[in-house]
Amino acid sequence: MSESYDGPILEIENLHISFFTQGGEIPAVMDFSCTVMPGEAMGLVGESGCGKSTVALGVMQDLGKNGRIVGGAIKFKGRDLASYSEEELRQIRGSEIAMIYQEPMASLNPAMKIGRQLMEVPMIHRGMGKQEAYERALEMVTAVKLPDPARILNSYPHQLSGGQQQRIVIAMALMAKPSLLILDEPTTALDVTVEAAIVDLVKELGETYGASMLFISHNLGLVLEVCDRLCVMYSGEAVETGSIRQVFDKMRHPYTQGLFRSIPLPGADKRARPLVSIPGNFPLPNERPPGCNFGPRCAYFETGRCDAKDVPMAEVPGDDRHGTRCFRWNEIDWAAPPAAQESVAAAEPGDVVLKVDDLQKYYEVSRSAFRGGTTRVVKANETLSFEAREAETLAIVGESGCGKSTLAKVLMGLETATGGEVKLANFDISEVEIEKRDTETVAAIQMVFQNPFDTLNPSHTIGAQIMRVLEKFKVGKTQAEREERMLQLLDLVKLPRAFAKRMPRQLSGGQKQRIGIARAFAGDAKVVVADEPVSALDVSVQAAVTQLLMEIQRERRTTMLFISHDLSIVRYLSDRVMVMYLGHVVEIGSTEQVFAPPYHPYTEALLSAVPIADTKVKKRHIVLEGDIPSAMNPPPGCPFQTRCPRKASVPGGLCEREVPPMVTLAEGHRIKCHLPAEVLEAMEPVIQIEATAAE
Amino acid sequence: MEPLGWGAIIGRMFVQFIPVWIALALVFLVSIRFKKRLGLYGKLMNSPVGMIGLALVLFWVFTALFADWVATFAPLDQVAQLKNKAPGLPHPEIEGAYYLLGGDNLGRDVFSRMVYGSQSVLSIAPLATLFAFMVGVTLGLPAGYLGGRMDAGLSFLANLVLAFPVILLFYLLVTPEMRETGIPQVMAGVLFLFPIIFFWVFFYSRYETRPELMWPLLAGTVVFGGWAYSGLAFNADPTGVFAMDANLLNVFVSVVFVNSPGVFRIVRGLAMDIKTRDYVAAAQTRGEGPFYIMLWEILPNARGPLIVDFCLRIGYTTILLGTLGFFGLGVSPESPDWGSTINEGRKLLSIYPHPALPPALALMSLVLGLNFLADGLREQSLKD
Amino acid sequence: MTTFLLRRVGGMVLTALCLTFVVFFLTNLDPNLEKLAKSEGSVRMSDADVESWLDKNGFSQPLLVRYGQWLGVVPYKHPAPDSDATVTCRAAEPGEEPPTFCGVLEGYWGYSTVFKDRVGGIIGGKIAATGVLMFWVMVVMVPMALLIGVLAGMREGSRTDRSLSTFSIATTATPEYVSGVLFIVIFASSVGGLRWFKGTATSAIDSGVTFENFTLPVLTMALYGMGYIARMTRASMAEVMTAQYIRTARLKGVRFRDVVLKHALRNALIAPFTVIMLQFPWLLTGVVIVETLFNYKGFGWLLVQAAGNNDIDLLLGCSVVAVFVVLVTQLISDIGYVYLNPRIRVR
Repeated sequence: MSESYDGPILEIENLHISFFTQGGEIPAVMDFSCTVMPGEAMGLVGESGCGKSTVALGVMQDLGKNGRIVGGAIKFKGRDLASYSEEELRQIRGSEIAMIYQEPMASLNPAMKIGRQLMEVPMIHRGMGKQEAYERALEMVTAVKLPDPARILNSYPHQLSGGQQQRIVIAMALMAKPSLLILDEPTTALDVTVEAAIVDLVKELGETYGASMLFISHNLGLVLEVCDRLCVMYSGEAVETGSIRQVFDKMRHPYTQGLFRSIPLPGADKRARPLVSIPGNFPLPNERPPGCNFGPRCAYFETGRCDAKDVPMAEVPGDDRHGTRCFRWNEIDWAAPPAAQESVAAAEPGDVVLKVDDLQKYYEVSRSAFRGGTTRVVKANETLSFEAREAETLAIVGESGCGKSTLAKVLMGLETATGGEVKLANFDISEVEIEKRDTETVAAIQMVFQNPFDTLNPSHTIGAQIMRVLEKFKVGKTQAEREERMLQLLDLVKLPRAFAKRMPRQLSGGQKQRIGIARAFAGDAKVVVADEPVSALDVSVQAAVTQLLMEIQRERRTTMLFISHDLSIVRYLSDRVMVMYLGHVVEIGSTEQVFAPPYHPYTEALLSAVPIADTKVKKRHIVLEGDIPSAMNPPPGCPFQTRCPRKASVPGGLCEREVPPMVTLAEGHRIKCHLPAEVLEAMEPVIQIEATAAE
Repeated sequence: MEPLGWGAIIGRMFVQFIPVWIALALVFLVSIRFKKRLGLYGKLMNSPVGMIGLALVLFWVFTALFADWVATFAPLDQVAQLKNKAPGLPHPEIEGAYYLLGGDNLGRDVFSRMVYGSQSVLSIAPLATLFAFMVGVTLGLPAGYLGGRMDAGLSFLANLVLAFPVILLFYLLVTPEMRETGIPQVMAGVLFLFPIIFFWVFFYSRYETRPELMWPLLAGTVVFGGWAYSGLAFNADPTGVFAMDANLLNVFVSVVFVNSPGVFRIVRGLAMDIKTRDYVAAAQTRGEGPFYIMLWEILPNARGPLIVDFCLRIGYTTILLGTLGFFGLGVSPESPDWGSTINEGRKLLSIYPHPALPPALALMSLVLGLNFLADGLREQSLKD
Repeated sequence: MTTFLLRRVGGMVLTALCLTFVVFFLTNLDPNLEKLAKSEGSVRMSDADVESWLDKNGFSQPLLVRYGQWLGVVPYKHPAPDSDATVTCRAAEPGEEPPTFCGVLEGYWGYSTVFKDRVGGIIGGKIAATGVLMFWVMVVMVPMALLIGVLAGMREGSRTDRSLSTFSIATTATPEYVSGVLFIVIFASSVGGLRWFKGTATSAIDSGVTFENFTLPVLTMALYGMGYIARMTRASMAEVMTAQYIRTARLKGVRFRDVVLKHALRNALIAPFTVIMLQFPWLLTGVVIVETLFNYKGFGWLLVQAAGNNDIDLLLGCSVVAVFVVLVTQLISDIGYVYLNPRIRVR
């Protein structure tokens, strides 16, 4: 391997990868080409199942026993990887090409100390001795900014937090100074603020070590932050490729356009830039249409042309290596605004439906199965107070461990509150568990669950599941009446009536989520708690489901509590926002108030951490240190004080001693913070949109 | 008459089994033809291991069903001249009849005894396993789903039984003294109650909202269950359809008792796993009672592992029954069941191995079939 | 760790008490006692005679009292009804002054009616014999099972996997009384033609273990257990091999051999280890069958004798030993699990 090689690090030419199963050959990647130059970061973007991870595994030559490269070539530093022997491959894996994975916990060996796992790499590839390898490991752990490196090296993976584990995986990948780094959704499993810190680290280390990167993600915002070039994939094919600027600002493929139009941007106003969803569903690998794969979902589809033959990649002249897989790219008016969708008029909020006052929820847990005896109190919710009005959407925002799911459980009656009260239409339900609630109350407050693959019972038909809800809520008198009602509910969520006879496994994720919504609205719910209802869905489906949820809610004047960690979508659909951290409400106010200064320092950091897929947006850069403390062991004083970048502005160490009081900043806008008024006054907006000539 | 050679013996046995071959061929033709519509069972037709297993199991099921046609003699017919005689010898009196696999130490036909032996195994093992499942499911679901004190208590009891060496338990439970005390009846009275409880709760929880359907179902459960219960547990069925003699009841109850803690553990584990799913939470948030959730939300989704375990457990029960027969526990001395036949044959094993080998191979092939079947089912149920 | 151990040991004691009580109850059923009276006294005893014999020997006291006496927490000495004599510890030496507490806890295990000897001594000797058998069974079974399981699970779905898995399924489908019979016919009878080994292991007790007399019993027992452990190991290994951290290791450039040995093995052995330890209640069945089949006078053989002859004290003694062995292995299994799995390591 020549050290002085200066051609492209990675060249993929017309790659075809297929998986061979009982049902025959299933192509996963078709006619894929891309080039990664030294020091360049290449982004691979697409929805789940588009083949982006398969490309990465193809580069690693690790496709399993069913996968095979059936055409094209992958050249690493000019040499075709197919010509490598098994032993040569082993030698470049980990030393020349290294990989960082999605789930840090799963990618570290649970029964091996961190130190040994790190030291292994240089010992295999550089023939280092134990001592030398240990020193190198220490150096790398320091480089990924972990505190107390020696202790970390001596611990097992489960003793570290998710963020720390991912740093270790990064350190491991960089141990042998590889020339190509493949990152497969490296931050998907992490919280937003932790993600921001990891992305920062990756960018920085990539520059320091001069490694080229292949960055795989479904998040366009992240790609914008990390990469120089990107390649958009759809159903096994690259549909558009080019530099970040070109693809983001001058896209030339209908799918890329659809993708951008279907994600909400916190920088833009929802009325000025409504969400436009891509109709239809992602085709299954064995049911791809003839001709253009995107054809059936494309607004510019032309029968007889787009479905006639496979579409080749076309070069966009004048741009630097900008290609699109579209026959009609130079016929389409790319500047035309999206077709006007029927806009849902904002509903005027009515009376208070749900009032939560000083709600507390503590859990007692035994600390460990082996120590027994001693129990600890986990304060999952601490003095929560808020109210929600009819036809209003209140968003509850926070990261893992902030207590939002516990709040949902208490509202639903799956848990009873430790203190305080929850009033649903002036009736306290905080201590009434679900089994003791009357049918009317149960039907009045319903929930949409997060995971579409888990929300429906796989053993019963769709129709039977909805019918059961109707039976339970005593809707309709006869079986026939209920059946009619069930079919109407299918209409409501825009699914064909034939779905009543289907099993959940025959539905896509988005369709399942629609059934979940139908179920929640079956008994004329007054309050619907939506727990991250779209976060597990693909981007192009998210918009449609969000839109549906909003429509039904406005139409029926239902109160919606929308739990989410995604600030973009929250800004898009909510009327008011409540930010939670470690069981406390740290900020609450109308959407405009929360998204504009003055902020709570946590809200400020959260806003800065959200990746935004818009080149015109400028963000203030705030990176939080460390991880979210465990709810089992919260810090004294203000819950946010361990990570707060503005702690220094509060004199006398007040933050470490006392929980701050709720301060009212404006009508309906309150924050829980010790910061003096003048500091709050002086805050600048986190997100600013560059004024460009185009707008 | 000349004794038969091995070729002729095998040929004649093949002919004897003709009803079984026809039935097997029919089942497989139909199953393969309609495999797309038969769910998990249909998918089994894609797995060679599963098909071999199914064929072995069905072979013995059909042999048991058609035993009167397949066997050449009655299981207790004795011919003094053929004591311990080698396979293929002609019957001294009946023209054209042979002891195909020789005679045992009392001059009975080994082949016919093996064929009839399948009846005794296949009438007890699946049924006992089914009862064990009823007990295990009825107790395991609430233990896993509700947890708490009841779980702790039941788990302790289950572990108690599991910690007992099986053979010791059998030596203590399956004895004539035990039958004198009437303890087996008491155990049967308790254990056989579980299916009735199970079906009562099963129908009640589902059709509570639709009384017009619920009452007939519950009435049916009670009438039919009570009828079978009175006959099986207390031998008090006036019509005599359901009856079990004291020996059989003792064995049956002991096997159910030994098996149910294992089922309990599996069901409890599955319930604990499945109760964390969102669809269970969804059921809770619409106000479903715990029994509906256990029986209609959790149980259907635990069926895959349970079916696999059911097959394995029938095999295990078959081995247990063989062990009982091997030690002469709870079976009458003339019984043709495989375990006792092996035990009788082993005494003269090094001189006359032929009486012990056929039942040994028969038992092995049945259990092997059940294990293959379970393996095939497991493999296919994971592919979805 | 100590709290954990204490809790486990506490649970163990409770389990042991419950189990021995159940055994005590089942061996002291009225019909059993009646049978005992008739075999010790005379077969033609009338019901009244039986009653008085039982009275005289202290069998008519409440069950719990008798259990306490047997356990050694209730004084054994008490006046026999209708006479001046006292019922004393039957297990005491003839000349010895009978102690007040005379139960299992004090080391008095009772007196065997079949062997006319003290139970403790008999069991001790037989356990030693069975220990030798078990040792060889373990030596053959565990490494073979682990090897087969690891080789099969290492490359799931390969030809090696298919054949090894079929082999392990076949062995689990072959109980000892089937495989033993087959082995004897094939390797030790005139019919099979191969007279390589002996069909009995009786000589192993008197003249020591030899390849000839021990191979078949050891193989018979090892084979049945082996399949089960091998299947567990295979399943565990196959699962570990699909884990992400194995892919991490492979894509780090670790050799396949080292991936298996350094990364997969320890994680893959956690489940089988527990299984091996929990096999003991089950292995006892095998011991009884094999010792009966091969006429090896060990613990299993003793159990059959005791149960078959209504030898109550001996049967109780055997049960105590069996229960003790099972519980100790369960404890070892728990501790081993904690040791092997750093995720639940007690700090």
